[in-house]
Amino acid sequence: MSVFDGLKFRGISSPIHMLDPRIKFFYVCSIFVVAIIFFELLPLLVLFLFQIPFVILARVQKEWIRSLRGAAFLASIIFGTNILFRFIYAGYTLTASDVEYASAMTLRFIALVESFSIFFLTTSPDHLGLALEKSHIPYEFCFAFTTAVRFVPVLAEEAQTIMDAQKARGLELEKGNFLRRIRNYIPILIPLIISAIRRSLELAEAMEARAWGAIEKRTNLYTLKMKRNDYLLVLVSIAVIIVGIFVKIYVSVPTISNLLGF
Amino acid sequence: MIEIKDLWFTYPNGVEALRNISLEIRKGEFVAIMGQNGAGKTTLIKHFNGLLKPSKGAVLVDGVNTESVSVAKLARKVGFIFQNPDNQLFCETVEDEIAFALKNFGFKEAPLKRRVTWALNLLGLMEYRKASPFMLSGGERKRVALASVLAWDPQVVVMDEPTIGQDYSQKEKLRQFIIQLNTQGKTVVVVTHDVEFVSECNPRVILMSGGRIVADGIGKDVLTDVELLTQASVVLPQVTEIFMGIKDLEFPLDVIDLYEAKELLLKRLGGK
Ligand SMILES: Nc1ncnc2c1ncn2[C@@H]1O[C@H](COP(=O)(O)OP(=O)(O)OP(=O)(O)O)[C@@H](O)[C@H]1O
Ligand SMILES: [Mg+2]
Repeated sequence: MSVFDGLKFRGISSPIHMLDPRIKFFYVCSIFVVAIIFFELLPLLVLFLFQIPFVILARVQKEWIRSLRGAAFLASIIFGTNILFRFIYAGYTLTASDVEYASAMTLRFIALVESFSIFFLTTSPDHLGLALEKSHIPYEFCFAFTTAVRFVPVLAEEAQTIMDAQKARGLELEKGNFLRRIRNYIPILIPLIISAIRRSLELAEAMEARAWGAIEKRTNLYTLKMKRNDYLLVLVSIAVIIVGIFVKIYVSVPTISNLLGF
Repeated sequence: MIEIKDLWFTYPNGVEALRNISLEIRKGEFVAIMGQNGAGKTTLIKHFNGLLKPSKGAVLVDGVNTESVSVAKLARKVGFIFQNPDNQLFCETVEDEIAFALKNFGFKEAPLKRRVTWALNLLGLMEYRKASPFMLSGGERKRVALASVLAWDPQVVVMDEPTIGQDYSQKEKLRQFIIQLNTQGKTVVVVTHDVEFVSECNPRVILMSGGRIVADGIGKDVLTDVELLTQASVVLPQVTEIFMGIKDLEFPLDVIDLYEAKELLLKRLGGK
């Protein structure tokens, strides 16, 4: 659940929250590109640190840390498998550069999680839908997407209630071997799925009752307009990409173990 | 039976839902918990079977601290019926649904069958035993949920808003049923917004507001205290309202029961 919490929109107002979601997405993409082209620890570390001012500006530090904590499990798996394969590949020895490589791969993942978490923490589902609509995606899809995003926390809460109800009937989720444990989740999944289906049918009826799809061209309560900060972020994102590619091509990046004189 | 000492509870998101609750519910008591939306009623009763653990203070069930045992262990003693039956039904037949908890508690085959039959009869569900719970009406699903808990014969029965969505005759049946459970020696705790339901059952009434207990006493005292009820957003029982409306005629003001009201009026009007 903590992973979702780290991605759930926080409705506070900050310069980052006010940005156009399309631009923010462009920014995420630029981080993505740079994270993908580097295999060295140093630039990935820079990329990681580079984003922290955004987190502080958006005042979502607490949630951001939670999202990182949620990602820690996957990150440790990435680190572990990298170390393991390097270890086997190099004939059962491990050098500092192997550890550094594994750390770099892990940090790449963390930097990506970081940028996604900034995006989702500061972008309301409504604005996201609006941005999709502005990108000429059919309204039906935009609506389905935003509804899905919005219902994730609702579903999570429902799952908790169902779990409580079954525990109150003596269900012990942690009991038994691996297979048994999976089977323990059946009494939770079935009510959850049924209620999700029932909810979606009800939602469809309620929407039709309120004239959903009555006219081709809908109007919107909010509109998106590019402002000064948006242009600024576009520039920042482009700069990130250019600098990234430049460094990749023309600069030979030292490894940290070299810098430290190993 | 249930002993609560200086209980405070804060949800992970920082909502302080219970503030300094101390309470004792004795064996065989019948308690109704009332109060406005968000008063903390559901949060409180979730402490009775360990679904929630105190942030501060302690909850003892039959002398055992809920902190030290699993929900499943406590559930054997404290049966908990949730507001929405759809949160727990998942089996193919009503019969399986009722057997689910019994299997969890490790009942052997013969007593298990006996208890399922007993519970089906108790709630008039015999004709539906092979039906799918999802095909039943809302009221019937609620009864299945009730049967699935009563089947293991817990000493304490806790119900969250049992009267919601029930028609009048079902509500009346439920009332009789709850009273019957109570006279058989079960401890019964009911959370409800239904003043009429409470005034007709005449249990001990606990009134909550803003995470605190603001009143605790017999229905006659609590349900006729206008100031208290306003504070907790609960309305007067209709009978009480009538008697307060005609207080110039010098009727007692603490009448909550229909039968008592009728007697009083008949006596005054000289009828029989
Ligand atoms: N899972 C939760 N996480 C965070 N806060 C919660 C949670 N459940 C309830 N609350 C909050 O705790 C407070 C008490 O809620 P509770 O559900 O106990 O009220 P209630 O008296 O049962 O109300 P109702 O009559 O509406 O059922 C409310 O302010 C509610 O918003
Ligand atoms: Mg409640």
